[in-house]
Amino acid sequence: MQRAPKRVALFVTCLVDQFFPLVGEGVVKVLRHLGLEVDFPPAQTCCGQPAFNSGYRWEATVAARRFLEVFKDAPAIVAPSGSCVSMVRVFYPTLFHNDPQRLALARQIASRTYEFTQFLVRVLGVSDIGARYADGLVVTYHDSCHSLRELGIQEEPRALLRAVQGVRFVEFAHHEVCCGFGGTFSVKYAPISTAILQDKLENIADSGAQVLVATDSSCLMHIEGAMRRRRMAVRPVHIAQFLAEGLP
Amino acid sequence: MVEVLTHQFQKSAQKALRDAFVQNSLRRLSHFHEARAQALAEIGLERWEALRERARQIKAHTIQHLDHYLAMLAEQVEKWGGKVCWARTAQEANEYVLQVARRHGVRLIIKSKSMVSEEMGLTHVLEEAGVEAVETDLGEYIIQLARERPFHIIAPAIHKSKEQVADLFAQRLGAEPVTDIPALAGIARRALREKFVQADMGITGVNFAVAETGTIAIVTNEGNGRMCTSMPRVHIAIMGMEKVIPRWEDLAVFLALLTRAATGQRISSYVTFVTGPRRSDEEDGPEEFHLVILDNGRRRLLEDPELQEALYCIRCGACLNACPVYGKVGGHAYGWVYPGPIGSIVTPMLVGLPKAKDLPYASSLCGACREVCPLRINIPHMLLALRQRLAEGAPQERKGSLLEKALMRGWLFLVEHPWAFGLAGRVASLLQRPLMRNGRIPWLPPPFNGWTRSRDFPPVASRPFRARWKTLTRGGTHD
Ligand code: SF4
Repeated sequence: MQRAPKRVALFVTCLVDQFFPLVGEGVVKVLRHLGLEVDFPPAQTCCGQPAFNSGYRWEATVAARRFLEVFKDAPAIVAPSGSCVSMVRVFYPTLFHNDPQRLALARQIASRTYEFTQFLVRVLGVSDIGARYADGLVVTYHDSCHSLRELGIQEEPRALLRAVQGVRFVEFAHHEVCCGFGGTFSVKYAPISTAILQDKLENIADSGAQVLVATDSSCLMHIEGAMRRRRMAVRPVHIAQFLAEGLP
Repeated sequence: MVEVLTHQFQKSAQKALRDAFVQNSLRRLSHFHEARAQALAEIGLERWEALRERARQIKAHTIQHLDHYLAMLAEQVEKWGGKVCWARTAQEANEYVLQVARRHGVRLIIKSKSMVSEEMGLTHVLEEAGVEAVETDLGEYIIQLARERPFHIIAPAIHKSKEQVADLFAQRLGAEPVTDIPALAGIARRALREKFVQADMGITGVNFAVAETGTIAIVTNEGNGRMCTSMPRVHIAIMGMEKVIPRWEDLAVFLALLTRAATGQRISSYVTFVTGPRRSDEEDGPEEFHLVILDNGRRRLLEDPELQEALYCIRCGACLNACPVYGKVGGHAYGWVYPGPIGSIVTPMLVGLPKAKDLPYASSLCGACREVCPLRINIPHMLLALRQRLAEGAPQERKGSLLEKALMRGWLFLVEHPWAFGLAGRVASLLQRPLMRNGRIPWLPPPFNGWTRSRDFPPVASRPFRARWKTLTRGGTHD
């Protein structure tokens, strides 16, 4: 990957912006702690994935054009979501296959758009950011599908979590299996989605973890929604927020 | 053709979710999954990946030159004395089989497992014409007795418990009610043995057809396939047109992938090669050999650059075993012959997208299928391509309601106007107040109530990130 930039643009994602602002704050805190300048282009909105995943490519393309416009001068773009980063890195190029000029731009921007943990570990080369928790906190990690299977992110979040002082990192069974979210799938096919989620909850509970960490707020929102309903004691939290809270 | 029930996906899925037997048997799929992982560990990731890469290259090349290789195959089969039938539709293929059966005065046919024949509804057609056709693969035999459809590509009766099978055998065969598996297999074996001896025709599927030699390869675990190819006077092999591979040596690649991906076996118990009918100097084998090459909509896939890859499929079933959705709803919910992730691509293309609008959406796009597929078929991306057709395609193919379209346009307006985006959040944070309980939203109105039936929804933040950013830049705090 490229030389580590000094300045990054934050793409906070629409979900984090509107529902989980503490995750966005966590990203900023960690990046600043590591000595980076963080910009937040206020004209950003959504990457277009909701439309794209439902088949509305025209609408998705409009959103993608906006993203390219907003971030075209950013030296590096960091987002706290493997899913939105997959949209940019993997799917933007397919959206512009008939538009050579934008395709070139999309490819350039794709190559400098990073999921948060990917950026820390692969680009900055950092896994110990100096976070610390009270000794013996049991933490586990759920692999979000897009992070894992579109971007190949597997070791990065684990390296970051293992380096947190006080944390005892454990894997839970079938951590790489989908949580059943899948965007509108979770609403349109709610009974199937819920049945898949049920297995996930049982596996998490069996691990004895106190904290469940993931790279995507969407999966966490899904898992948390059911945990709350069932009054489970596990705390689901985004990795950026978890790391930030462990910083002095 | 088999009746198409794809439009009932939602209903059948719910039924499967409530069926304790089905749920129990779906849990057994993890055996396949683990066996596959073990087989991979044994062969080593590097070799496995090299095999996958090679297989993809071969398939890509073959599918690019499909007509060429099919012609070569047909020429070779004929050279060795076999007959070739080019069937455009299931009906044409069925008629051909029936004709051959009539010409030989066939009363009894033994069949080995073949998904293509399921697709044709062949046994049913034969039965209606007064020809008995018996499935000889144990799983298929069970399914036939139960008058059901296969539940899984390679394990058709995996949804049946041994108690259910015992009941079925007692009912249909008048057998003693026993529930240990060897005894059940014994009952089937005795019932089938008579059929093997009496049958005048054998029908098999084809796992691979080698163009340069005119050989078909059949992969089985019970040896029944070999009986079907060698005992009766006439053998008809039926293949989807994508099953051809160019060279004999390519088999080494595909056999290594198929059995490992399917069952975790290094090789199946039997691999049968058939090149034409019995020659004058041979002691056994059929007098006549026919190869039916079926299109039945596959050409639509061939001519579709976005979906062509689906023709690389070797029907190993690994994507079913890995799929979280299949793992909950099982094979019958998909409403046709090919279930699971690959079924959600192939079925809409073979029966027509308007009839199977649910299938491309019946996925969380998690990508587990692509990860385990020996051909690395990019199923999630193809599902996205099908969704695009359902959202933006010709009117009869469209699924999206006007409401959905309107919602999309509304969303797009927000995306394009950050001020409106911020405003929408503020409005939502006010509107949600009456719905909030302990800082969560336990109920949402339709069409979002699917979510809240089992999950709380988080509230919109009263101060979104974009508002907080200003304090963050002023050197503000992070809490
Ligand atoms: S799509 Fe791949 S994994 Fe699924 S049955 Fe076909 S070859 Fe096997």
